Amino acid sequence: MDRIPILKMGEFLLVTIQVDMHDQLALTLQDDLTAQIVKHRARGVMIDISALEMVDSFIGRMLSNIANMARLLDANTVVVGMQPAVAITLVELGLPMRGIRTALDVEKGMVVLRAVKQSSTRANSLNGH
Amino acid sequence: MGIDVLMSDTHRIAEAEDIVAARQAVRLRAVELGLNLVDQTKIVTATSELARNTLIHGGGGTMTLEIVNNGRRRGIRLTFEDHGPGIADIDLAMKDGFTTAGGMGLGLGGAKRLSDEFNIDSTPGRGTRVSVLRWGKN
Repeated sequence: MDRIPILKMGEFLLVTIQVDMHDQLALTLQDDLTAQIVKHRARGVMIDISALEMVDSFIGRMLSNIANMARLLDANTVVVGMQPAVAITLVELGLPMRGIRTALDVEKGMVVLRAVKQSSTRANSLNGH
Repeated sequence: MGIDVLMSDTHRIAEAEDIVAARQAVRLRAVELGLNLVDQTKIVTATSELARNTLIHGGGGTMTLEIVNNGRRRGIRLTFEDHGPGIADIDLAMKDGFTTAGGMGLGLGGAKRLSDEFNIDSTPGRGTRVSVLRWGKN
């Protein structure tokens, strides 16, 4: 069965979606990612969608789900590389994509993940955790 | 003003992979037609939403892909047909957020916003036919 590979980079996980995903592949990625977050105690997930020529409501929902599930597992998610035509289409489609952090490319995404991790670590230590 | 059909082919939508195949077929024709990247993306996204409706709500069906000409410009017309349960209240089904199968309910309203022309015809117990059209430039 085909799967989308998940790479571990330090305490972050990186997923690069390079294929035109069918629905089951998107659902499998959702399951795999949550399992990998726990397995590696990952603090952040970066999803590179720069190769995606289309994001429909199904894929958009998958991205939202991943961000929400990751948050419950104490990891932050950033979606990077969305093509301008995809962004325009998503807005017209009416997809809210709530709770999803984005960055223009992998490098900027990494900066976002590091910053968010630091601020959440600081908040936890202030709370005595 | 009549519309001539320059080319037509029909794709089966019976499983999830067929949604991907439908998107790719539409992308190919949209590129051939000379649609710009944003318009390509819009019609391909509409295809994905409607093909999934056909599969999930309609229990499978077909997509007919046509290149049409109205004498002034060419366009791409897609017609999705199924013989599923049909839609009792089309106005309600067009609203964002309406869903019966665990989707986000953006399929019909979203596809309409992504198209230049939109038509829906549904008979409860008989099936549903949705067609969208996107015109090329000039």
